[in-house]
Amino acid sequence: MNPANFYALIGIGLFSVGLLGLIINSHLLKKILAINIMGSGVFLVLVALAKRAENLPADPVPHAMVITGIVVAVSATALALSLMLRVASETGHATLPDEVEK
Amino acid sequence: METLTLLNWGFDILLGLGLITLALWALFCTDLFQAVVLFIAFGLLMALLWVRLDAPDVALAEAAIGAGLTGALIMAALARLQNISRNDHPDSGEKSNSKHGRLNE
Amino acid sequence: MTTLIQAKSPIPNTGDSMNRRTLLLILLLPLLVIFAAGLGYAVLLLPEQPQYLPNLVIENMDQSGVSHPVTAVLLNFRGYDTLLELVVLLLALLAVWSLNIPAARHKAAPNEVLDTLTNLLTPVLILVTAYLLWVGAHAPGGAFQAGSVLAASAVLLLLGGWRISVKLAGLPLRIILMAGPAVFVIIAVVTLLLEGQLLKFPPAQAGQFIVIIETVATVSIGATLAALFLGARPTATSNEVANEIDGEHK
Repeated sequence: MNPANFYALIGIGLFSVGLLGLIINSHLLKKILAINIMGSGVFLVLVALAKRAENLPADPVPHAMVITGIVVAVSATALALSLMLRVASETGHATLPDEVEK
Repeated sequence: METLTLLNWGFDILLGLGLITLALWALFCTDLFQAVVLFIAFGLLMALLWVRLDAPDVALAEAAIGAGLTGALIMAALARLQNISRNDHPDSGEKSNSKHGRLNE
Repeated sequence: MTTLIQAKSPIPNTGDSMNRRTLLLILLLPLLVIFAAGLGYAVLLLPEQPQYLPNLVIENMDQSGVSHPVTAVLLNFRGYDTLLELVVLLLALLAVWSLNIPAARHKAAPNEVLDTLTNLLTPVLILVTAYLLWVGAHAPGGAFQAGSVLAASAVLLLLGGWRISVKLAGLPLRIILMAGPAVFVIIAVVTLLLEGQLLKFPPAQAGQFIVIIETVATVSIGATLAALFLGARPTATSNEVANEIDGEHK
């Protein structure tokens, strides 16, 4: 197994960890962190697969896609945080309505 | 040559396992401030990872945007949650965790 | 009782919710392991790539106007993606502004460390922005990296209590925010009229087009990311509040 495949597996592990955190946690901020970790896992898989050929230079197209992805992820995170703040200021809990912790 | 590949592999394994550990820790700890700080550290380790994978542009973008700006955004949102819980809904919670004080002072 | 800033432990130990949550965890873990194993198998099963796309990029790079492959892909070969990305940034900002989050009315009384850091770093970060923007043509760098460094310096300033002056908070701010996508769209229309195809840069002028797009995009990206950090839309009211609280520090 070359390093690129190993990092792709780590990326899949990160995605799974993020998915677990997204489902289990009920606080919205933790959910947002979990989504970001899932995104980072996907980016890791993309860039790792760009470097599969051992002695050739890395493939620049996935790099460009991941740079675009990072910027889109930060704008989505900003929007998600604003939504969380609105939910918190309206209801007093930073959780989704059906998961309110007593 | 053998030791070089061994060292490379050791570094890779350490970096990869460190990433997964940070992710698990950040998602399953109780204190939100700790979770955000761990997330910023996670982003910085990712930047290191991009360099290891021959992707310097992605490393620059991740260090600045992914770790720096996302971390700052989430910290600011955490501080505003504190404000909201203190001002608008004083009856919906206990005293805020005073170990970290008010994040804006 | 739970506070807004204190997340309960994911597996609390109180009665009913414990059963529900541990049940969820017990159900989830095997499923996730199977899921991850399936994904891992799929990834390891991918055939060796035949190096089709990287060779295409390297062959056509001298027609793209820059000499760094990632910049060529970002701004020439897949320029449409970058155009849409700039628009996505702007859309996210519009959505955040429309949510009407109250401005962070913190005490704008920065301590000495933040003050000194901001004084020292802001000129350096602006220089680094210009450098990253320029060097993106032949080495790692480019508009997004430069724009994010600019946004970082703006975030430092915002943390110290600086707010954009009221004269600039209306139309000029909106023009700065919009300039990146707008210039890109104008150039796309120009190429549509000149060459008949969207975003097909003529090889002789491709470098100049790319420099223009990147420069305006850097300023736009920096302003948009900083505005996303601020959250509330800069208006006369929020500036007055900030200036009042600022008090003796002016």
